[in-house]
Amino acid sequence: MTQTTPDAPARKQRAQVKVRTLRTDRWWLTPLLVFLGLSSFLIYGVWAILDTSNFAEPYIAPFAAPCLTTQEVCDGARLFGWAPVGDWYALPPGLLILGLPGGFRLTCYYYRKSYYRSFWLSPAACAVQEPHGKYTGETRFPLIMQNIHRYFFYFALLIGAILTYDAVLAVVHKPIGLGSWILMLNAVLILGYTLGCHSCRHITAGRLNHFSRHPLRYRAWTFVSKLNAKHQQWAWASMFSVMGADLYVRLVAKGIIAFPFA
Amino acid sequence: MSYKAKFRIWRGESGEGKLEDFTVEVNEGEVVLDIIHRLQATQAPDLAVRWNCKAGKCGSCSVEINGKPRLSCMTRMSTFAEDETITVTPMRTFPVIKDLVTDVSYNYQKAREVPSFTPPEGVRPGEYRMQQVDVERSQEFRKCIECFMCNNVCHVVRDHEENKPAFSGPRFLMRIAELDMHPYDVADRKESAQEDHGLGYCNITKCCTEVCPEHIKITDNALIPMKERVADRKYDPLVWLGSKIFKRAK
Repeated sequence: MTQTTPDAPARKQRAQVKVRTLRTDRWWLTPLLVFLGLSSFLIYGVWAILDTSNFAEPYIAPFAAPCLTTQEVCDGARLFGWAPVGDWYALPPGLLILGLPGGFRLTCYYYRKSYYRSFWLSPAACAVQEPHGKYTGETRFPLIMQNIHRYFFYFALLIGAILTYDAVLAVVHKPIGLGSWILMLNAVLILGYTLGCHSCRHITAGRLNHFSRHPLRYRAWTFVSKLNAKHQQWAWASMFSVMGADLYVRLVAKGIIAFPFA
Repeated sequence: MSYKAKFRIWRGESGEGKLEDFTVEVNEGEVVLDIIHRLQATQAPDLAVRWNCKAGKCGSCSVEINGKPRLSCMTRMSTFAEDETITVTPMRTFPVIKDLVTDVSYNYQKAREVPSFTPPEGVRPGEYRMQQVDVERSQEFRKCIECFMCNNVCHVVRDHEENKPAFSGPRFLMRIAELDMHPYDVADRKESAQEDHGLGYCNITKCCTEVCPEHIKITDNALIPMKERVADRKYDPLVWLGSKIFKRAK
């Protein structure tokens, strides 16, 4: 074959720019705020697991729902009085259940972006050099386990249903209090976040190549896609709402919040 | 209304070089590429820059402006303060040929490694019949102008040169997703996306989406759906079992 141009000389050198980034905007602000936001959630979660004031009729603190043990702290927070874990279990009851919604958020595609950027700085922001010498991403253990996100989604859907049930119980209770509406708002935000999940989008119809052969699944996918487009906003709103609702119920249970119709 | 702007432009060949300072006239309505052309005409006739359409559609003039990957023809000077020093450097991920011109052949190499559209046997061009809903997902990806800013900004190769052989970058993982979602493509691309093109390296930090001048939702609509398809194939025992028992159709 005739070659009309000579081979180009090997070009291996990138532009040598000796600074980490040339960005002039406040690129560090978002990862810093995300770091603070997620850290506050983690710290609150640890406190909530250890705190025992989780029920003030008719409110059940979301971090304690459903309580699966026979421990006294679960009185009122059990689902239909169901306690599959016996009295041999002595650790905080929240440990039994919080791994599921926690795992859902930990493996969520949006949260992955958040903590890879703000905790692991990989990268902290676009076009800002990361500090790590080596990078293998999600190709090997432990990060390859992120692929089980869909299983956490199934459990998160169940938890969302339980929180909705608890909120409905609170709303139908007479007299209705402010906490009922807080729990209901939280349930709506949790469901919006859960149903807008990328795995849910895939399961509804994302895995198909022929939407036209599955019109119902396509409609479900269209709905989930709309939620999914705002997944970040749902993630933050539901994170703060679940923290806020949980704290509210605990403060009512402790008697710190005691105004009428609380 | 005109003013004098301060520019710092990386100049050099084959990686060796430095930022040089210029003061140059700016007029109303101009973009960064206009200013670079003015520099060529008035102060630095040998300044190398790649450009073509000047309309944001050819993807030639990708550079980094104040550290961010941008098309220089679509970056308005009015977005900067008049006293701001504007730094223009070549794309960092690719080797430099001269000044702002980089050698993007990594991308062409990766493009060649993606098997082309593979229709079913016995179906000839002209016989494809597809519903609009079946093709519109992948039509979004056809907007790509191949400016390669997504591959440039992706930290997997930007910060780790050693990952280049294993990772095809968002541009070509998106191409694989486009073909995998195509109603008439029968090639098995899921295994290859993970094993041959490095989909697992992507940690979905969305920089590719942030810099895309065509506003393609690369991460949400291509990379994550592809990761889920790979999870179906490689990491989900229930889907595997279901496919064996029920012989699920796509």
